[in-house]
Amino acid sequence: MNKVETKSVNLFYGAKQALKNISMSFNENNVVALIGPSGCGKSTYLRLFNRMNDMIDGVTIDGEVLLNGKNIYASNVRVEDVRKRVGMVFQKPNPFPKTIFENVAYGLRVNGITNKRFIEETVVRSLKQAALWEEVKDELKKSALSLSGGQQQRLCIARALAVEPSVVLMDEPCSALDPISNAKIEELIWELKKKYTIIIVTHNMQQAARVSDRTAFFYIGELIEYNDTKEIFTNPKHERTQNYITGRFG
Amino acid sequence: MNHFELHAAKQRAKNIAFQVIAIMGLLFALFVLLLLLFNVLKDGLSRINIQFLTSYTSRHAEQAGIIAGLVGTLYMVILTAAIAVPIGIGAAVYLEEYSKKNLLGRIIEINIANLAGVPSIVYGLLGLGLFVRWFSLDRSLLAGSLTMSLLIMPVIIIATREAIRSVPNGIREASFAVGSTKLQTIWHHILPISFPSILTGIILAISRAIGETAPLITIGALTYVTFLPKDLNSSFTILPIQIYNWVSRPQQEFQENAAGAIIVLLAFTLLLNSIAIILRNRFSK
Repeated sequence: MNKVETKSVNLFYGAKQALKNISMSFNENNVVALIGPSGCGKSTYLRLFNRMNDMIDGVTIDGEVLLNGKNIYASNVRVEDVRKRVGMVFQKPNPFPKTIFENVAYGLRVNGITNKRFIEETVVRSLKQAALWEEVKDELKKSALSLSGGQQQRLCIARALAVEPSVVLMDEPCSALDPISNAKIEELIWELKKKYTIIIVTHNMQQAARVSDRTAFFYIGELIEYNDTKEIFTNPKHERTQNYITGRFG
Repeated sequence: MNHFELHAAKQRAKNIAFQVIAIMGLLFALFVLLLLLFNVLKDGLSRINIQFLTSYTSRHAEQAGIIAGLVGTLYMVILTAAIAVPIGIGAAVYLEEYSKKNLLGRIIEINIANLAGVPSIVYGLLGLGLFVRWFSLDRSLLAGSLTMSLLIMPVIIIATREAIRSVPNGIREASFAVGSTKLQTIWHHILPISFPSILTGIILAISRAIGETAPLITIGALTYVTFLPKDLNSSFTILPIQIYNWVSRPQQEFQENAAGAIIVLLAFTLLLNSIAIILRNRFSK
């Protein structure tokens, strides 16, 4: 069970409300795309699920974010445990300035795993899952910073997968990449959804249409429309959605 | 010549004039420095020998040496660093990674910046009142090192904060995203990445401590010492005080001793700076 859900979530940066009463649920082994113009709150919404907003001073959140039925904002929940179960890939590839091997192994080490064999096996498996193994298998000891941008982003995906999360969040994972790397990551998303629930923020309409099962359209902190991707792109219910996906505004 | 050509010619002339002024500035600074070095070397180089490095000071200039000041400086620098570095880095980590960016934080920030600019004699007076008198540490090596620690701590805090701030936020996010705690993130990423810059700040701060004289004269470090400090409670002297003492003598021979001690002090500082550069280059790979 990897069910994810939000119930009437409101989020404020100081006095400014960035998310307005958002309730959504996500099915397991689905890819959900969050789309909308800049500043609409989709990235903020994505960061609810691994409590990344906690890092910002002055954020207040009410409502519930449920992972397998449990509110991850409850006071008895350790934020580190949430982040182990909800991996994240960021907009700009952000590998650590360490070796390729250590980048992937890092999540295991900080979670107290010391078994060398297990760590090695997990690194290999994660790199294979992220479709990077063939390119780096002979240079695991090289610095991650020597990889190309697209390879770095797949390394970041491998790093997120190594701790075996059930949900993977992706915040515009392709926006800093060239078209070939972009295509590789999209292919990878197709593969990954067999095992994971994936929530992806994207500014690229074609990408949303290609990779996602369901799509949610956000506008100024509100969820305007959430439906099957096919429906959203062929038969949107709201005029705003229609205008956005056809490029008339945003 | 039309208007545009005239304008371009003017700009070219200005460009060259500015370049000349900048070069003159550089040459002037270099000239003064070289003059100083030349003078010191001319007077003092003949005094640099084993006898000078291993003797205590004496009423007879030709028998006098700098061992007490050299060892005193060395002890004081080590002790000062041992006190100021952990506290300084700790304070900087707290301010950058833990404290909220509110009014109190800003007040603390401004105060630290101001403390870095406070004249060193004021730290001397503080050390005299706090460590020498109130803590009854007397004019000991410990009291001197504590006073010096206060003096260089703001410099270390500011340098460390700058270093920590330059670590990309993406690294923090990436670390937290796989379930690291704050401590793990700081220990595995923030400190290692910022280490070369922190080290540079520490060495600069220590170089300053080596050269400072006023605070230690204020707390009463001795000027005529013929023993090495045995423990933290020993009285002591340092090279700059030794130099100050010799310079104030009328005899030419003591002036030469002072020049010799200055050469050793310069070499000491140069050595520390070289170590810093080597370490920084090694770690920033």
